[in-house]
Amino acid sequence: MSENIKQTSAGKRGDKVRSDCYIEIELKKSGGLKIDLKSKVDSMYGDSIRDHVKKMSEFFGLKNANILIEDAGALPFVIAARFELAVKKIFSEINKEFLPEFNKKNLYKTTKDRLRRSRLYLPGNEPKFYPNAGLHKPDGIILDLEDSVSPTEKEAAQLIVRNALRSIDFYGAERMVRINQLPKGLDDLKFIIPHNIHVILIPKVESAEQIIQVEEKVNELKKKHNIKNEIYFMPIIESALGVIKSYDIASASKFNCALAVGLEDYTADIGVERTNEGRESIFARSMIVNAAKAAKIQAIDTVFSDVSDMEGLRNSVLEAKSIGFEGKGCIHPRQVKVVNETFLPTDLEIEKAKKIVIAFEEAEVKGLGVVSLGSKMIDAPVVKRARRIVKLAEENYLLKINWREGNSQ
Amino acid sequence: MKLIKNSAKRLVPEKVNNQKQIPFKGIGKFKPKGNKAKPPIKTCADYPADGNKVVKNLKEALKRAGLKDGMTISTHHHLRNGDVLTNYLFDVIKEMGVKNIRWFPTASFPCHQHLIKYLDDGTIHHIEGSMNGPLGRYTSEGKMKGVGVLRSHGGRYQSIQDGEVHIDIAVIAAPTADPFGNATGDRGKSACGLLGFALADSEYADNVIIVTDNLVPFPCYPWQIQGNNVDYVVEIDSLGDPAKIVSGTTEVTKSPDRLLIAEYVAQFLEDSGIMKNGFSFQAGAGGTNLAFAVYLKEKMKKKGVKARFIRGGSTKYLVEMLEEGLTDYILDGQTFDLEGIRSMRENPNHVNTSPFTSYNYHGKGNFASIVDAVVLGATEVDLNFNANVVTHSDGYLLHGIGGWQNCLFSKCTILAIPSFRDRIPVIVDEVTTLVGPGELIDVIVTERGIAINPKRKDLLKAVKNSNLPIKSIKEIYNEVTELCGGVPKKPKVNKNKVVAIVKWVDGTLLDSVFQVER
Repeated sequence: MSENIKQTSAGKRGDKVRSDCYIEIELKKSGGLKIDLKSKVDSMYGDSIRDHVKKMSEFFGLKNANILIEDAGALPFVIAARFELAVKKIFSEINKEFLPEFNKKNLYKTTKDRLRRSRLYLPGNEPKFYPNAGLHKPDGIILDLEDSVSPTEKEAAQLIVRNALRSIDFYGAERMVRINQLPKGLDDLKFIIPHNIHVILIPKVESAEQIIQVEEKVNELKKKHNIKNEIYFMPIIESALGVIKSYDIASASKFNCALAVGLEDYTADIGVERTNEGRESIFARSMIVNAAKAAKIQAIDTVFSDVSDMEGLRNSVLEAKSIGFEGKGCIHPRQVKVVNETFLPTDLEIEKAKKIVIAFEEAEVKGLGVVSLGSKMIDAPVVKRARRIVKLAEENYLLKINWREGNSQ
Repeated sequence: MKLIKNSAKRLVPEKVNNQKQIPFKGIGKFKPKGNKAKPPIKTCADYPADGNKVVKNLKEALKRAGLKDGMTISTHHHLRNGDVLTNYLFDVIKEMGVKNIRWFPTASFPCHQHLIKYLDDGTIHHIEGSMNGPLGRYTSEGKMKGVGVLRSHGGRYQSIQDGEVHIDIAVIAAPTADPFGNATGDRGKSACGLLGFALADSEYADNVIIVTDNLVPFPCYPWQIQGNNVDYVVEIDSLGDPAKIVSGTTEVTKSPDRLLIAEYVAQFLEDSGIMKNGFSFQAGAGGTNLAFAVYLKEKMKKKGVKARFIRGGSTKYLVEMLEEGLTDYILDGQTFDLEGIRSMRENPNHVNTSPFTSYNYHGKGNFASIVDAVVLGATEVDLNFNANVVTHSDGYLLHGIGGWQNCLFSKCTILAIPSFRDRIPVIVDEVTTLVGPGELIDVIVTERGIAINPKRKDLLKAVKNSNLPIKSIKEIYNEVTELCGGVPKKPKVNKNKVVAIVKWVDGTLLDSVFQVER
């Protein structure tokens, strides 16, 4: 036991804080636990908060202490994370984790080629954004441990993200975490691998070795925790060197599902201003698209930073789509709908896809090995693409499920 | 205090402030008898023939009006949180040494916490109107001498008209008035829009005092309050802080979750077929409601749909719809921003209404039930669609009813609410205070999904093929309860001490608010 630290704190306090809490622990030699709770939900959940804290104290072997809790409506997973951090600041040797119950709604899996049009970034130490994020229907939710978390909050964010992965309903969104730049990012993995993570975003990648390092560490943790689900990687290229090495990076692991580009750091690296037109990043973005496609994975574009400019966002998605990107980062929930809709196939694309799908299905019924539309032969990848477009259109109410009726020739 | 169970199974007192009460009997079940209240007959021989009713100050006016202990004094909330007059009025009453006033405002705002000292020292006996923010907290803690009475805007008109509340002196803040007492709210440095809330008071009170900071020569035209009902006119420097009377601009919410709710509401109106040529709707000035109006406008434009009328509280967003030809009329109950006031002044199709035309339940009909859809808020909604707007789940009284109860009579009543606030569930098993019976509430729109009252089979059928997230209220309840960490405990209240009562629109007692135990 580290005898010299007697008092610690964790969490957030102040008038502006909401859905979070501040916890102070003062170690005592005797007198048991004294819990001083100041909570706006005291009449509703005061007893439950006190019980929760007692249970955690027991778990960590905390017997004599004054515990101050200033609560601004923090959900249980937040209180638990804040408390655990405060305890671990006193007892740095404690390794065990107080894990919230795993929410059964979060047991679903992902696939390597699922839709990744929109991925919504949530700052790792801001739990108030978590419970409703999935309601905006992003294809993926990224709990971010990297740039949106200040260096002093990294440990706090690791616990919040871990607890969120277990308890917050993601409403079917792909479950992603952006770890820190390596080597620090390797240390983040133990907080996420055991908790049904789908995709790990690896920032500022510049070499294939970095991906292999992550893969090895992930495999080690999967084995240790007996994790069976597939965990994919999305390397983010954010530098000139990364761009040059992009194909090596994209093909470094069979678990890579997508290759993303991050332009804030990239433009800084090549020494130019980032513009909305994006002429300065044409090479980098084309390179990423080509590297990704060569490695048969998805190419994902950067974020659009002006959250109030929905028309600008729409145009930016159209442009990204036109050069081969299949997804875009979102930094605000309101961007999700625009991104999802704009990545949807156009009416023209749907019409064309319908014809191809019908031609394919008819060829299948007739037992023909070759699909043709009019006098034109259609290759298998074209059919696959058309079926994907039709499926997407059906799922998004652009096409009725019974559209085939009256369509066959 | 003896409590009895009313037809909504809520405990209500038999007597309140020594007045016998009628318990709630069900919607439309209580039939009033008899005649309306009779204001005293006056003769113009007692008033200046030159029409000049100006007296030197408010104290003089109150003195001439015969102010004495135990009287009922009414004020109005059209100056909102910028109101200086009401506070000044009670400073004067205190100075005159008068006690035990029944204060009868149309609503109160946080600025009125100034009056707590007058509740403490006995100048004010109790409040009938609304007890918002600090006054609500004060009431909840059992500090007010009498029992607070909460009424809707329509219920307030009904209580005056039916003689349930007799106003001794009405003090009406008028942003512009003439010496005869004709008054309007649509101009002047303290312009607030309309004065409809003061209509009943001007017609039924024994004495009517107009207080203005913009006295113009006769005639003040157009007038909203008729000088023929007015006894005295007082000129003062300032009625209040213009920046708090109306906002320069009202702004749409930036919260992504509330925008999502607003978007769902607009889509609901479209998918259910309510949004069609000649339809009507009402939406208030809350951030979510404004956003709803913006989304609905986009949809109306896209489909080429025009409304017959929109009911305000008006804002610049509704004014834009009027000016762009998306509605024939705005029927306005109050005006929230400068654009609303300008439009009311300039556009004959931007119409003043009052609680009499809009909301009064004891009249030959009212506008509220003619509206196709209304979008409202709530502090709590329960599994039976009952809703609360006055107390929070911790038992504290924090808001008034406003026109909320009256609006429930719309053909489709929609509550647009978050499913929880921080850790406080909004969808609960049973409301802390019953303010709106579930049978009048049709649709609950939350960020977690939309629940339609099972009674409304027509609406359920209408949105059957929509991609809206339609759920049962129980599903949303379960989701929120799990998220917040279990069923919240009920507040500890003293069931022997009623601190306020909630009236239904017909004057019967719907529920009681009890003292919160600290």
